[in-house]
Amino acid sequence: MNSPILNLVAERIVVAVVTLLFVAFTIFFATEMLPGDVAEILLGQAATPEAVAGLRAAMNLDQPAFLRFIYWIGNLFTGDLGVSYVNKMPISDLIGGRLVNSLKLASVTAAISVPIALTLGITAAILRGTFYDRIVSIFTIAVISVPEFMVATLSVIVFAVYLGWLPALSMANEVTSIGGLLKVFAMPVITLSFVISAQMIRMTRAAVLETLSTAYVEMALLKGASRRRMVLRHALPNALGPIVNAVALSLSYLLGGVIIVETIFNYPGIAKLMLDAVSTRDLPLIQSCAMIFCLGYLLLITIADLVAIVSNPRLQ
Amino acid sequence: MTTSLSLSNTQKARPRRFGYRISVVGAVSFLIIAAWALVAVFAPYIAPHPVGDIVDFDFFGPMSAQFPLGTDYLGRDMLSRILLGARYTVGISLAAVCLACFCGVTLGMAAAVIGGWFDRVLSRMLDALTSIPSKILALVIVAAVGTSIPILIVTLAVIYTPGCYRFARALAVNINTMDYVTVARARGEGLGYLIRSEILPGIIGPVLADFGLRFVFIVLLLSSMSFLGLGVQPPFADWGALVKENIGGLSFAAPAVVFPSIAIATLTISVNLLIDNLPQKIRDRSEQ
Repeated sequence: MNSPILNLVAERIVVAVVTLLFVAFTIFFATEMLPGDVAEILLGQAATPEAVAGLRAAMNLDQPAFLRFIYWIGNLFTGDLGVSYVNKMPISDLIGGRLVNSLKLASVTAAISVPIALTLGITAAILRGTFYDRIVSIFTIAVISVPEFMVATLSVIVFAVYLGWLPALSMANEVTSIGGLLKVFAMPVITLSFVISAQMIRMTRAAVLETLSTAYVEMALLKGASRRRMVLRHALPNALGPIVNAVALSLSYLLGGVIIVETIFNYPGIAKLMLDAVSTRDLPLIQSCAMIFCLGYLLLITIADLVAIVSNPRLQ
Repeated sequence: MTTSLSLSNTQKARPRRFGYRISVVGAVSFLIIAAWALVAVFAPYIAPHPVGDIVDFDFFGPMSAQFPLGTDYLGRDMLSRILLGARYTVGISLAAVCLACFCGVTLGMAAAVIGGWFDRVLSRMLDALTSIPSKILALVIVAAVGTSIPILIVTLAVIYTPGCYRFARALAVNINTMDYVTVARARGEGLGYLIRSEILPGIIGPVLADFGLRFVFIVLLLSSMSFLGLGVQPPFADWGALVKENIGGLSFAAPAVVFPSIAIATLTISVNLLIDNLPQKIRDRSEQ
């Protein structure tokens, strides 16, 4: 094995772990800024001084914030996410099913949008400057510059109101058949796919264009290779690393998009759970959900970086 | 500049004034942005109906001569509400982007000039902050400290400061190696002077272009927050909150749901197009 790559990879992983700790720190202390005493808020009417003191001791609230942070991190590592303030259920029970629902949504979206986006992005780069390329570019800029909820509302208006193909709202509990499953997933997946594809097309196109402007591709052109051979044999294999990098980066936009989509379509996923937790100020639940999102995001951008390192021929 | 030089310049470039070529798309987008800015300032004077008044007995009314963009879920005039909403969307975003760019660019230039551990620690910390997805960070902050317009501005600014910092620092590091900066430093100039008079003039063009892009991001995030019910609170409403209020009309495609989104889109697409069509002289980051 060659050591420069290993070193870089190890360094990147260390950076990711340190970043995760910093993120946990930020999330914990951001949520600790809440004014007022949590124990009093929780007890409400029953907040006698003795009860408050008892609860504070039970929740470690009488200890300094930094120690509580250490306990919290330790519990996270052992899989103990704590107990919800609002309905007193263990958070891992609340999150479990919701997380699976969100992952289902994300993987279906990825499975649909990655092939479409790669095809459009690569072909747009090859046919650069043509009418087709301009159409694709205008489409991606338009989708990127509008908020996700606009994509969602427009697709409801087009597919559910005017065309009448799909129901406007999805209820994942009522799934009985494959047809029903399709109907539940269709609107959220269509919306998310638009948002993700636009990002991915843009990044893929840029990655391929960059490879096409390198000296060795120009060399292939000069020695008389056909355009097709130039792209397929010389450019694409070298663009593979940047393309995978672009895919991983654009998939991280799923995390933001999923919040809007789950809200608007009332989809029982983890983003909806987090949003409900924000409105009830259920801090442990918010912390856990935020950590899951950040973990996913960090995982994706670390993978993107690792792919970029491993695929860089100058390091081999 | 000597007279002979400016003379030869004007002769060579007679058709284009200011030395910039202005494209049609850029000019149109600039006009749209300027129009929204004027609307934001003069909204109360041009709104046809009082913004909070229920003027129509029907809710989710269609477009008509009296109510050009229909009415909302309570029968209020949609056009007036969108015109007034421009104040919140444009105002809050502008304040947030100014704050974010001021902090980010100042810190970025300082990091480039000072260097050493200051640069390293600051860069690491702000990089780590960017690894929290922007919407999640916004949710966490709103959950912790609640929501009001000043909090919203600071939250949006905090979220987009690291990006400004990284961009400005990368540009400033290049300028920092120039001879004239070395000379100024040898002369014994202080940090404030170096940043203000030596580095800033060299990076101001790309930084302004970046300012526009961040403005778009902030408008989108603010609209999404308001759409989720965590941004501007009733009785006030920005464009995102208008969509949220009227989301009940979605199943019959009421104009009240569509037009606030279109307002956002005209603003953000115009800013993007304006930046894409900026003269190369301003946009190009390699040119100093």
